[in-house]
Amino acid sequence: MSKVEFNKETGPREVFCGLTSIVWLHRRMPDAFFLVVGSRTCAHLIQSAAGVMIFAEPRFGTAILEEKDLAGLADAHEELDRVVNDLIARRPEIKTLFLVGSCPSEVIKLDLATVAEKLNKRFLGQVRFVNYSGSGIETTFTQGEDGALKALIPLMDSSDEEKLLLVGTLANNVEDRFKKIFKNLGISNIESFPPRQSTELPKIGKNTKVLLTQPYLSDTVRDLKHRGCEIISAPFPLGIEGSTEWFLAAAKAFKISELKVHEIISPLINRAKLALESHKEILKGKRLFLLPESQLEISLARFLHNECEMDLIEVGTPYLNKDLMKEEINLLPDNTKIVEGQHVEKQLDRVRESNPDLVVCGMGLANPLEAEGISTKWSIEMVFSPIHGIDQAADLAGLFSKPLKRNQILTSKTLVTH
Amino acid sequence: MELTLWTYEGPPHVGAMRIASSMKDIHYVLHAPQGDTYADLLFTMIERRGQRPPVTYTTFQARDLGGDTAELVKKNIKEAVERFKPKTLLVGESCTAELIQDQPGALAKGMGFDMPIVNLELPAYSKKENWGASETFYQLTRTLLKEKVTYSEKISPLRWKEFGRRPKVNILGPSLLGFRCRDDVIEIQRILSEQGIDTNVVAPLGASPDDIERLIDAEINICLYPEIAEASCEWLKRNFGMEYTNTIPIGIKNTIEFINEVHKKLDLPLTNKKELENKSKLPWYSKSVDSNYLTGKRVFIFGDGTHAIAAAKIAKEELGFEVVGLGTYSREMARQVRATAKDLNVEALITNNYLEVEDAMKKASPELVLGTQMERHSAKRLGIPCSVISTPMHVQDVPARYSPQMGWEGANVIFDDWVHPLMMGLEEHLIDMFKHDFEFVDGHQSHLGHTATKTKEILNSDEKKEKNSKEGIIWTESGRAELIKVPFFVRGKVKTNTEKYAILRGIPEISDETLYDAKAYFS
Repeated sequence: MSKVEFNKETGPREVFCGLTSIVWLHRRMPDAFFLVVGSRTCAHLIQSAAGVMIFAEPRFGTAILEEKDLAGLADAHEELDRVVNDLIARRPEIKTLFLVGSCPSEVIKLDLATVAEKLNKRFLGQVRFVNYSGSGIETTFTQGEDGALKALIPLMDSSDEEKLLLVGTLANNVEDRFKKIFKNLGISNIESFPPRQSTELPKIGKNTKVLLTQPYLSDTVRDLKHRGCEIISAPFPLGIEGSTEWFLAAAKAFKISELKVHEIISPLINRAKLALESHKEILKGKRLFLLPESQLEISLARFLHNECEMDLIEVGTPYLNKDLMKEEINLLPDNTKIVEGQHVEKQLDRVRESNPDLVVCGMGLANPLEAEGISTKWSIEMVFSPIHGIDQAADLAGLFSKPLKRNQILTSKTLVTH
Repeated sequence: MELTLWTYEGPPHVGAMRIASSMKDIHYVLHAPQGDTYADLLFTMIERRGQRPPVTYTTFQARDLGGDTAELVKKNIKEAVERFKPKTLLVGESCTAELIQDQPGALAKGMGFDMPIVNLELPAYSKKENWGASETFYQLTRTLLKEKVTYSEKISPLRWKEFGRRPKVNILGPSLLGFRCRDDVIEIQRILSEQGIDTNVVAPLGASPDDIERLIDAEINICLYPEIAEASCEWLKRNFGMEYTNTIPIGIKNTIEFINEVHKKLDLPLTNKKELENKSKLPWYSKSVDSNYLTGKRVFIFGDGTHAIAAAKIAKEELGFEVVGLGTYSREMARQVRATAKDLNVEALITNNYLEVEDAMKKASPELVLGTQMERHSAKRLGIPCSVISTPMHVQDVPARYSPQMGWEGANVIFDDWVHPLMMGLEEHLIDMFKHDFEFVDGHQSHLGHTATKTKEILNSDEKKEKNSKEGIIWTESGRAELIKVPFFVRGKVKTNTEKYAILRGIPEISDETLYDAKAYFS
């Protein structure tokens, strides 16, 4: 392990809660509905974080707790029952309904597991009910996906068939590319979790080899292990280096030679390196500060340093699973400063003191930092853009080079002399 | 429990944030979990603010709940006060913290600070954003001024005469995330100053706690947005005798009425009454022959109370539209909206459910929708032109240009914003008429883009499908041919009316003649 510096910080934070992951999960599984049991704040959060208006009836909603629900628990269970009945009557095409716990439902100890169990019996054969918590007292941003996937594992049948299981939501086009490359490598039985249809859950067992596509799935990994799955240890497929190592690790697990891997992906690598050049020109030697939010920060830092030659000032992460991130941390340069958790005020003090060229942060902080003359990149864009894989390396770099390029254009001296 | 797919208003603590972020030298410590920090982006992204909202979130986590969350609150208050040095501190809680009952306001008051502390109790499970903003502004005003109540004399609106100076007023209610507040304030201040009236304080937008303490230097209050300021105006009236205005200066008639009201309250003679009619282009533009086609246009209105009521009045009296639907999402304004609807002979729609609004819109078959950004989307789906008149805010509602809703320039903006989409509608009709000309054949894109085409396809396919409708009514070839000639934006209505007429008269087959019979019957 390289000699990185680990720090922990606590205090006021500036991050999304796990409910936010509904924004991409509901698009991944169009036959599922996400029903948050929470407050008006939860409803407002999801619609604001999505940053867009709803163009039709969305496949997520909130059962908003009212004063009368808080009076007695039995009441709240009955009310939730009624809301679910109405919802299913209105949306008969729903195959899986996620009951998503929130901060208030956790605090009043609303037992969503029991509710889900009862509803499963009543709607047997029609709708499946799954529950998990996306509450901000337990989860940050992408951890919501971890909770949702973990909740699906008990529904997955067992099978001893040998297969490669890609775990973590990917953009559909990226998923297709990966599958094609794995097929070329000679791995034919590939499935994804979450699947594109909530009802088409992959079967798992002792010959399932799990390859993570996202770094934020600690709980899911633990439960997959319990079901006998083998977890392939690898960095994450961000950038050329990460993706190469990722393919190599998968190939090794399937006893495919390294030579074969290089043969298949070399043309991709050459092409990607070429595409990366123009971005590298902008990013090279620029100083980067990553604020915590998505848990993608460590992989991004590795990519931006090793492949784009940026200097790392500080790498924030909301949560650090050293075991899961082992391969990534090994690839980081020595003396990288990793900070787990956040005290947003102290961290912003460090941002200002260190005078970075680029800060990766949440949307609440981006414009205020820009107003201080610091270029920013919103972290939420990483979870909405197809950034995984060798073919996307240049696009990923582009997310970071664009603000710098823009800053260059707008502050260019020629503007003044015109 | 209420199933909500989308909400017009946020929770009440977001209302409190609107007040805190609008003002200077204030800090708000919010006892809340980390996810609640999403609210910052409303200000930094939608309003494009270059500063963070002055809010510290205590960020309690599940593991803190077994321990001492009260200590966590105190730690955050202490840090926030040391770092930001506010002149007034707001302390409150969001929905989850309300359940754990740490009473952060009481904790803050026990910490020995010498600045005023406002303890905000905003019930998250029964109230919403605008109420929260109103309550926060009221509690803040009350906290900063209550000590002066005892030794202050009743404020006479006429005292400016004794003081030998121009009359002074406060403009109350404008806030961040309020619809076009930034520009309304400029417009109203300009109008007042033209009339020889000075602005004492604008609040909460741009005000500091010191300014709030100076409110009583003015003679009267202008209650610009009752949703936010009425409670405060009422308290100032009760305790200091300060009168406040009731007229909202949106539209020509209301702006003139507003100026009259202010003059009357101040006992200031109105010397330029004649000029007022010509201050805006709206009256003439509306009167010019070009606007003849606006007569009787069917308009559906939904928004916050203030803007929906004002829109209804302008639509009917100043533009000659027919209001076919009126509603609001603000329950606090339901009574006033109902009264306005009654005058217009329509039933008021009071709901927070956008799907209900869309249904009502469909039924009313309007030619223009005036609504929120959500109604803009619904109208788009239905292929109806729309103009946005109300919050909830969208980045488009914070335009770079000066774009008020109030006063003379506000009326100009309204004329353009409401009439241009209709002109585009007319253009749509012309495209429809000329679509067989060769210039138009090859995929002409109208402003409604693919939606309009799709709507028409749906309508056309509906016509085919419903050739034999549920009631067994058949559209004959001649009837269908005639229906297609009807401009698309009224075609749905004509179809429904004709079928209604056919059922009424027991006519089994609708021909072109039936269509004209129905037309005459319903006209």
